[in-house]
Amino acid sequence: MKLALAPSDRPFLPRGVRLAADKVRGGTVLLCPEKAIALDAIGEAILSRVDGSTSFKEIVAALAVAYDAPAEQIAGDVQRFLAGLRARMYLAVRP
Amino acid sequence: MTVPPPIAMLAELTHRCPLACPYCSNPQDLLGREAEMTTGEWADAFHQAAELGVLQLHLSGGEPAARPDLAELTAAAQGCGLYTNLITSGIGLTPRRLDALEAAGLDHIQLSLQGTSAGLADWIGGYKGGFDRKMKIAAEIKTRGIPLTLNAVMHRHNLDDLERTIEMAVEMGARRLEVASVQFHGWASRNRAQLLPTRAQTEAAKRIVAEAEQRLRGVLAFDFVPPDYYADYPKACMGGWGTAGLNIAPDGTVLPCHAAQTIPHLDFDNVRSKPLAAIWYEGAAFNSYRGTDWLPQPCRSCDRKESDFGGCRCQALALAGDAGAADPVCRKSPRHQAVLDLLEAGSTGDGGGFVYRRAAG
Ligand code: SF4
Ligand code: SF4
Repeated sequence: MKLALAPSDRPFLPRGVRLAADKVRGGTVLLCPEKAIALDAIGEAILSRVDGSTSFKEIVAALAVAYDAPAEQIAGDVQRFLAGLRARMYLAVRP
Repeated sequence: MTVPPPIAMLAELTHRCPLACPYCSNPQDLLGREAEMTTGEWADAFHQAAELGVLQLHLSGGEPAARPDLAELTAAAQGCGLYTNLITSGIGLTPRRLDALEAAGLDHIQLSLQGTSAGLADWIGGYKGGFDRKMKIAAEIKTRGIPLTLNAVMHRHNLDDLERTIEMAVEMGARRLEVASVQFHGWASRNRAQLLPTRAQTEAAKRIVAEAEQRLRGVLAFDFVPPDYYADYPKACMGGWGTAGLNIAPDGTVLPCHAAQTIPHLDFDNVRSKPLAAIWYEGAAFNSYRGTDWLPQPCRSCDRKESDFGGCRCQALALAGDAGAADPVCRKSPRHQAVLDLLEAGSTGDGGGFVYRRAAG
């Protein structure tokens, strides 16, 4: 299986994976089976738009506007981040 | 060093377990039911853990399903915002108990696998009928879609079934497979001659995992702990002693790792009598081997010390007779010969039968 998301793929966090505020260290963490990932601002911005109905292309477009950056560059960053989560089964995709 | 807050806590709710795996990580002096903390005491420990910075809670044992209050404990953990993982053999779980656990908000199950067939699994686990019951509960977990990791503890008697083990993880709908080689602590140290894999098995396992990881991308994620006796360098213990996580034994004793009680000169605090934060930050046992300042040679001048912290303290004690020495698994350790000798001894002779993990008397 390819891990890269197609433009129309709609990613979501499967059951057992969720975002939470880290009250002690600050910031947001992605809580996964037997793993907690501290998110940086970019990671948080990406995952806050991952809802199972917004497509990869739409997420990239929204981030390009929010960060005033070229969509191609954003697409690469988002792809790397999401494909990495997908390899660990922390992210699932609806076509 | 500045001590970071812990991320994960393993709660050994009980030492009771219907199985008797000869590699069980529980201590050889098993605690009975009367020594266990109450529901309220555990709930308070979870609350303190969350305040301290713990994000992940592992409900373990023994067999945690031996506690009738398991769902209540899960609800208590969820109430403090902890990510709650149940580490179980599956024995003692029923559809009705899964209902209660799901209602309590359980996040994830880690199911152990002793072997790929009833004959093998029931022999290793020392419990007849265990495999069939496990498979029933695995099917129930799959139907419900509860996130599942399969944990296969691997050793000489089941490493040759690794391919079938991987298939079973896929069939069960697991998202993750832990191929966890036996660590020689606790009961496993008494069964070392029986359990030590061969070098050929170790090499084959690495090949099989690497191939399956490629083939099953996006279907099954792997965590592979190769047998460390064949490694050149040791693993970091729990991400560093007193750095990432802590354990609580059934009676409330707070430990830097599950085998720490094998180190006789350490004094352990109990969460029943001292706040968890004080134990973590100021406890003598946690501070004994924290960071890298205490490290001996050859670690002191080694550039791997920030990633493996000199390896496992319990293994250093067991194999070098000194918990403050470099882990003898390391080929730079002056005591590395001890590991080579054990490998040599383990590869000849079958070591007789298992010493099963059972309470004395
Ligand atoms: S390793 Fe085996 S005996 Fe030990 S707690 Fe787990 S299932 Fe029980
Ligand atoms: S010498 Fe010490 S720090 Fe270096 S690899 Fe060996 S155990 Fe680790």
